[in-house]
Amino acid sequence: MMSCDFNSLTIHDLLEQLRSGETSSVEVVQGLIEAIGARDDDLKAYVSLDAEGALAQAQEADRKRAAGEDGLLLGVPIAIKDVLNVSGQPCTCGSQILQGYVAPYDATAIAKLRKAGAVFVGRTNMDEFAMGGTTENSSIQVTRNPHDLDYVPGGSSGGSAAAVGGGIAVAALGTDTGGSIRQPAAFCGCVGLKPTYGRISRYGLTAFASSLDQIGPMTHSVRDAAILLEAMAGVDPMDSSSVDQPVPDYTAALTGDLTGMTLGLPKEYFVEGVDAEVAASVRAAVERCRDLGAEILEVSLPHTEYAIATYYVIATAEASANLARFDGVRYGRRAEAGTDPIDMYGRTRAQGFGPEVKRRIILGTYVLSSGYHDAYYLTGQKVRTLIRRDFEQAFARCDAILTPVTPTAAYKIGEKVDDPLQMYLGDIFTATVNLAGNCAVAVPCGKTATGLPIGLQVIGPDFGEAQVLRVAHAYEQSGATS
Amino acid sequence: MVDEEKKGLAGIDTAYVAHLARMHVSDEEIARFQPQLEQVVAYVAKLQELDVSDIEPTSHAQPLTNVLREDGVREGLTNAQAMANAPASVEGQFIVPKIVE
Amino acid sequence: MSWVATIGLETHVQLHTESKMFCACCTGFGAAPNTHVCPVCLGYPGAMPVMNGKAIELTVRSGLMLSCEIPLYSKFDRKSYFYPDMPKNYQISQYDMPLCQGGGVDITVDGQHRRIELTRIHLEEDVGKSMHFKSSSGVDFNRAGVPLMEIVSEPDLHTPEEAMAYLAALKQILLYAEVSDCNLEEGNMRCDVNISIAPAGSDTLGTKAEIKNMNTFRGVQNAVRYEIARQIDVLESGGRIVQETRRWDPDTEMTSSMRTKEDAHDYRYFPEPDLMPVVLAEAQIEAWRATLPEPPAARRERLVSEYGIPEYDAGVLAADKRVGDFFEEAARASGNAKAASNWIMTEMLRLLGEQEMDIADVRVAPAALAELIGLVDGGALNSNSAKEVFAELFAEGGDPKAIVAAKGLTQVSDSGAIEGFVQQAIEENPQSVEDFRNGKTKAAKFLVGQVMRLSKGKANPKMVGEIIARLLS
Repeated sequence: MMSCDFNSLTIHDLLEQLRSGETSSVEVVQGLIEAIGARDDDLKAYVSLDAEGALAQAQEADRKRAAGEDGLLLGVPIAIKDVLNVSGQPCTCGSQILQGYVAPYDATAIAKLRKAGAVFVGRTNMDEFAMGGTTENSSIQVTRNPHDLDYVPGGSSGGSAAAVGGGIAVAALGTDTGGSIRQPAAFCGCVGLKPTYGRISRYGLTAFASSLDQIGPMTHSVRDAAILLEAMAGVDPMDSSSVDQPVPDYTAALTGDLTGMTLGLPKEYFVEGVDAEVAASVRAAVERCRDLGAEILEVSLPHTEYAIATYYVIATAEASANLARFDGVRYGRRAEAGTDPIDMYGRTRAQGFGPEVKRRIILGTYVLSSGYHDAYYLTGQKVRTLIRRDFEQAFARCDAILTPVTPTAAYKIGEKVDDPLQMYLGDIFTATVNLAGNCAVAVPCGKTATGLPIGLQVIGPDFGEAQVLRVAHAYEQSGATS
Repeated sequence: MVDEEKKGLAGIDTAYVAHLARMHVSDEEIARFQPQLEQVVAYVAKLQELDVSDIEPTSHAQPLTNVLREDGVREGLTNAQAMANAPASVEGQFIVPKIVE
Repeated sequence: MSWVATIGLETHVQLHTESKMFCACCTGFGAAPNTHVCPVCLGYPGAMPVMNGKAIELTVRSGLMLSCEIPLYSKFDRKSYFYPDMPKNYQISQYDMPLCQGGGVDITVDGQHRRIELTRIHLEEDVGKSMHFKSSSGVDFNRAGVPLMEIVSEPDLHTPEEAMAYLAALKQILLYAEVSDCNLEEGNMRCDVNISIAPAGSDTLGTKAEIKNMNTFRGVQNAVRYEIARQIDVLESGGRIVQETRRWDPDTEMTSSMRTKEDAHDYRYFPEPDLMPVVLAEAQIEAWRATLPEPPAARRERLVSEYGIPEYDAGVLAADKRVGDFFEEAARASGNAKAASNWIMTEMLRLLGEQEMDIADVRVAPAALAELIGLVDGGALNSNSAKEVFAELFAEGGDPKAIVAAKGLTQVSDSGAIEGFVQQAIEENPQSVEDFRNGKTKAAKFLVGQVMRLSKGKANPKMVGEIIARLLS
């Protein structure tokens, strides 16, 4: 059997090998399962594997290919964050409260990947209900950063990031509510795209904050992110918030140069609090983009300093309602000895949710409650309007915006676990984009002296995925990253 | 005045709010969460600094309207599928502790 | 002291749609538990609601029928409320921007006309149904997610009779609009009542109680009557009314406390992020308005003026839109509105009642009734035969002329033939002839009856009378 190097194997290259007959999907999937077996005891990226199911899918893909069929992802294994419903598989969302739940349906994004021929190997770890930035809030296990096992992989899609960054996945799906794709991608040295809100259907994505959540790819290359985006994008009659916009050929936009593009640098993002190594790497990346033909100018996003407060009001408010359904009646775990339904709920939710989820449910309930609703929730929605306007004004002057993904590189496991506010402040450069609803991609842009990856964020306007992928790809291909 | 308002707004009662969310919290949890939540609430109270009286609220990230479907029936889950996930069921119904009205 | 009651009603009406409000599950009544369910209406992780356009249209249609203002912009909100019959533990409803605002319902009580003002109509999803066992409860989510319109009246009613008249008028209008079956047994019209009392002349309202669980209009009337008396008792014996929800027990005919506002619910409304706002175009609203039927009250007046029928008859015929439609079609086709009205009121509605049938299932076509009326008016059929034909039409349907021919019922209007029968009757009944000549009207009726018997019912009774009179004069 050929041994694949999953540290660098891209979807693009794998498809070429499958098309040329150099390898088969079954071989690749077997190799991947072996690699997971060898490495995942350390990383703990996966919460469950479906080796049998994946091999059957791989066999089917090979049969189709032998019969002359092809597909956008025919025979390509993809790791799935454990927040998406895959028919017949558990979907724990990293929580005890979904113990025993088996999804009876496919999320639309999963159904699209299935149709394109993808193979579902396993489910990746995450912060419980996608709440957190380290994957330490998983009730199942603590995932480790492949670049240094003492460090967090980021979160909430930390399992997907560690699997891709650690060479035990070809590509993975994550979800991003305030940075949950981009931040772990930056921490683990891979590419992560948060598409425009409405670009990919959310149907089947267990909601954290419905007006902010998006599914997106986490990959070894920008091209792979483009391929996966194309496979999943498009309007869905099951998701009223999905937008009926044409899906372009995203790989065609990857020209390798930035001639004629104008890139903005928001002055509010290069301020105190950003780690010196991170700032230096991002500034170097900006210079590289200038070399590639882009014009660089300063822009302003003046309401940035209110973004975290706005984000934590809106996200927790929506979450408090979204997570109300976990009550032990229709699915999942139920606490025993409830004297009446309401007492049973109280016990089930007390036992089933971890501390961060509880904190956010309490905060979200509070900001919606009588007497506080207008001061917090309604004000938050109004500030959200201002943040969206900031971006509209900036994009009147530039095609994309360059920023760090995070103020610092990854930190040690346990370092911030009991300081929620400090943890929340780390979302400053990413959550702003979710509030505005536009798109952004994280691409590796170097490492710290201790070898931890640093990420460059390329932010685009609504449905500007082709633009941000073009910038990230040109930068990636310029060879400055590794 | 503004400071007083802020202080009033920061007054989160963890036990009461957890009760609204139908989630039991232990005394240890209250002791741990209360200062953390107070800190977060004090931080988000910075939103009060902005004058947003003339600003329209945003509840959706994309300005869509009238997303409707045709009135038509499609097969959903069978009773067996629905019961397969139920923590407790009898004769096709979800069983809960007795509801007292 | 004399007291004045103030009553407001919140009426929940199930809209007539095939599928649920936010998913494609069937709305049919009476299926086995949890067989009309899917990830959406069971509140599964990841499932999302999508609005049923028909439910929006039916709500706006109701609003137009009830003279509501239709705002061009409306939206849905989440209302948090933990209960086992609520799959997501929030209900998708409308908080501050409902589909319809204002409006009113005209009622008549003891000859007094009044207009009851409406506050609003909003659209929401129904909850599941729980059944209670010995030590546990069972939940069936077939009904969860069925579209419900909530019609909220102003606290504008004052007596149990007004409450009942309001509901009856509302039901009639909604049936006219064809937005709901308004079938109380199947729970597709349910109402909650808010009641408070205050001393007569007081300009502040008393503390209100909310009454739930009335399944019939009569139940509402009785519950309101009971609750007013109870509140007066409490206040007159020095007590105070607490704000609470009370449950009507139809067996004991009393209300009892369910929960007090001490565990008040904090509903924490916020805009439903999974649903987009509804923005109606003026042209759309006008297009819907153009398809509205005439309201029942207007129709009653028109039936009197256009067809010259009595007010009472107009009321009966207009009570059910389909009966009114039947009448108008038969009246126009026959040109004899009075006869059409008589047939429908005395025969058809009686038979429908006796056989517990719905007008939708009636086999008589309005055109057939018109034809029957034509046969009578043209002298081809006498009224007894016509009743026989109608009975046949009601049982089997068909064409009156064919039935007349098949049964040999054609009326004899040939004066020669009738004279023969009259002669025979005169010969056989000399005593009656003498009585007739002595001016006894009973004898005349008897002789007519004899002629009808001899003619096997086919003689034209009017001609028979005339010929007897001529021959015996």
